[in-house]
Amino acid sequence: MFELKAIDKHFPGVHALQDVDFHIHRGEIVGLVGENGAGKSTLMKIIYGAYQPDGGTIEIDSKSVRFQNPRQAMDNGIGMVFQEQSLIPNLTVMENIFLGYENQFVKFGIINWQAMSVAAKEQLAKVKLDIDPNTITMELSFGQRQLVELAKVLTLEERIEGHLVILLDEPTSVLAEEEVNLLFQIVRDLTKRASFIFISHRIDEVLELSDRIYVMKDGKIVDVVQHDDAEVNAIQHKMVGRDIDKEYYREQKQKPYNSSEVLVTFDNVSLDGVYRNISFDLHAGEVLTLVGTEGSGREGILRTLYGMEQCTSGSVKIKGEKVTHFSATAGVSRSIGYVPRERKVEGIVNGMNVYENMTLSQLQNFRYMGVMNVPKEKSLATTWIERLGIKTPSVYKDCGDLSGGNQQKIVLAKWRSGGSEIILLDHPTRGLDIGAKEDVYEMIREMSDNGIGILLVADTLEEAIGLSHTIMVLKDGEFQKGFDCKPGSKPSLYDLVHHMI
Amino acid sequence: MADFMTGGNSPLISTLRNIILKWAPLFVLASLVLLFPIFEWLEDFQRGKDHIYLIDSRFFSIRNASRIAVAATPGLMVAIGVTFIIIMGSIDLSMEGTVSVSAVIFAFVFIALGGTLASWAWLAIPVALVVGGIMGFINGVIHVMFRVPSFMVSLAMGFVGTGFALVLTGGDRIRVEDELFRSLLTVRWLNFPIMCYVALLALLVAWFIQSRTTLGRNFYAVGGGEELAIASGLNVSRVRIMGFTLAGIFFALGALMAVGRIGIAETATGNNFMFISITAVVVGGTALWGGIGGVLNTLVGVLIVNVINNGMVVIGLPNWLQDGVLGVLVITAVVLSTNRKTISFVK
Repeated sequence: MFELKAIDKHFPGVHALQDVDFHIHRGEIVGLVGENGAGKSTLMKIIYGAYQPDGGTIEIDSKSVRFQNPRQAMDNGIGMVFQEQSLIPNLTVMENIFLGYENQFVKFGIINWQAMSVAAKEQLAKVKLDIDPNTITMELSFGQRQLVELAKVLTLEERIEGHLVILLDEPTSVLAEEEVNLLFQIVRDLTKRASFIFISHRIDEVLELSDRIYVMKDGKIVDVVQHDDAEVNAIQHKMVGRDIDKEYYREQKQKPYNSSEVLVTFDNVSLDGVYRNISFDLHAGEVLTLVGTEGSGREGILRTLYGMEQCTSGSVKIKGEKVTHFSATAGVSRSIGYVPRERKVEGIVNGMNVYENMTLSQLQNFRYMGVMNVPKEKSLATTWIERLGIKTPSVYKDCGDLSGGNQQKIVLAKWRSGGSEIILLDHPTRGLDIGAKEDVYEMIREMSDNGIGILLVADTLEEAIGLSHTIMVLKDGEFQKGFDCKPGSKPSLYDLVHHMI
Repeated sequence: MADFMTGGNSPLISTLRNIILKWAPLFVLASLVLLFPIFEWLEDFQRGKDHIYLIDSRFFSIRNASRIAVAATPGLMVAIGVTFIIIMGSIDLSMEGTVSVSAVIFAFVFIALGGTLASWAWLAIPVALVVGGIMGFINGVIHVMFRVPSFMVSLAMGFVGTGFALVLTGGDRIRVEDELFRSLLTVRWLNFPIMCYVALLALLVAWFIQSRTTLGRNFYAVGGGEELAIASGLNVSRVRIMGFTLAGIFFALGALMAVGRIGIAETATGNNFMFISITAVVVGGTALWGGIGGVLNTLVGVLIVNVINNGMVVIGLPNWLQDGVLGVLVITAVVLSTNRKTISFVK
């Protein structure tokens, strides 16, 4: 009854969705799985009207529709339960439930709180949540909030004639097991009135709940599996499987690292609520990759090492010295460089030009009595522009106007020119096109040859396997298994996925 | 996937837009300078007097330019100070109090030490600058240490300053009649009083700080992306405190100019600086959310504000209308310079 035909969506430099066909019947629960960046969120956003497709059609009961915004999608019975909790924490539960739809309770410009409270109570009953609708939302547990979100979406039942489609984006990620079971029970009960699209990293949950499962990879639907035929292994293979080109990851250029020179030692380090009892050594010239799903603690480890988060127990040693003072400033002075995932937030200052961005972390090398030596900065920038093939008309160009690949090169140049010996890379190739990715791989190899220790969180598993000397698999903040990745004897994707999920 | 979504403007349009935004304030200034003489010409034409456009204009004359420059000088100093803060994405509203306190303390010290620049009384100048710096430093420390929003700290600090100045003077005016000090206004080189040249020198210093020192670079980094500045290892708290201190010093410089201009220091010396200076910074094209703009923009902004003030007097508009026009101007400047595509929420 709801159908997407040949949906196409482009973003600058990325073909996010290609020729996607997707349909859902009345009362059906459909699962959607895929790696990060496979296009799941884009597809969701098209379904609930946040994005408009570049090509293809959306049909409801065989009538073509087009949503300009989520509100129009809602008016057609499509509701979204968000992964990031989308409730406004300082409002009451009932205000959140009817946010934007208060009009039904308004008489002569005055809201009838009593009526809203009664109506909210009815919605909460649908999700079997027995709380006072006047509770301030931030007082609820995460599990309760997730149910309130569902209750909010279920107000569509009263507002809309006909059948509903409800999207659940990672609804179980913050829930305890009994809460998950409760949620699943509620979802099954609701199929009389609504169809569900269920997205989760936890494949076993998707298998349990869904009637049919769509598997996505690289912006395409690669398989549709019926509940009874579904097998975790087969789905995992489809999710990640692609031909690994050894050339592509510069595997032939991988050289053994210097195991006598330890740059970083983590000894039983924990950060409450993020990761627990992590131990490893990072050597000069080693590429050590942390592998795990979102929320497995990978980023937390990088941030601790850089000094942005203070670990709660255990000891961190950098070049043999125990770290007692955690701050980014101290991190930089210990010659650590950090290339964050959000280039726009933590990588490049928009409005500052190329040389200003490159020297931002090493101003002390370019000043005399507080006065900047601009010619020296420019010559540094010119050198690195040439060395890394950065495409910019001049050193005066505002970095915000450059392409993602060139921005990333500038971030890398910033740390390398500053003499960083330990470089932390968080999704360094995210959002880059293939050519720019290869450039980044090339730079990683070169850095490793120069004896720089690299701690990497890769964008895809292939990338992790292709680039690493060593892989650590993490799950829910705990170490699962380590892999040695010598060229020729690298672990397979499946070896890793097996420990991740 | 959301990080693939960027501005959406085509490069050509955004480049064009940037060029227009960059030169718009100067264009506005030039238009104003050519506009006011038209009114004069019209008036004389109606009365049947001979009047050649621009040549016979009272507004478009060296004399009037010098008058505008003198009126603009104290405001320029204050506006430069607040420019640094706005580049960081914060705001400083303490200028009125800081100017009053600095002016009053300057006058007291100046008179106590002999009352003429030719004696030890010249020490009153550095003392005033230090006083301004200390007030700014306190602003910065409270803002950073107690995480109080900058507008609130500085607004409160401004009131404290005004009150303190009133306590010091008891409501009296203190006259500074030293001829040497007053030569700031009375002695002219090439038709412009010395204070204009002093202000120009201060502007150059400010420009140097902004574009050639670590501190200036850090202001832009903090305003352009504070998280990134932290991730690059900058000590952002220190940058903020130093920024507020620097702003305080420039406010004190504004106080000296104000005293030099009218020869009187009193609690009311600081009046009106808040609106004028912030208007000037914004109209000059420095973005309120930080990272973009600079002291040269502020110079243009200060001139625009003062040209409008002066021009409206010349063509005889009432006072209340002048304030209204400036208010409209600020809103227009912000509306024009805001790129609504990239900013989703405004609080």
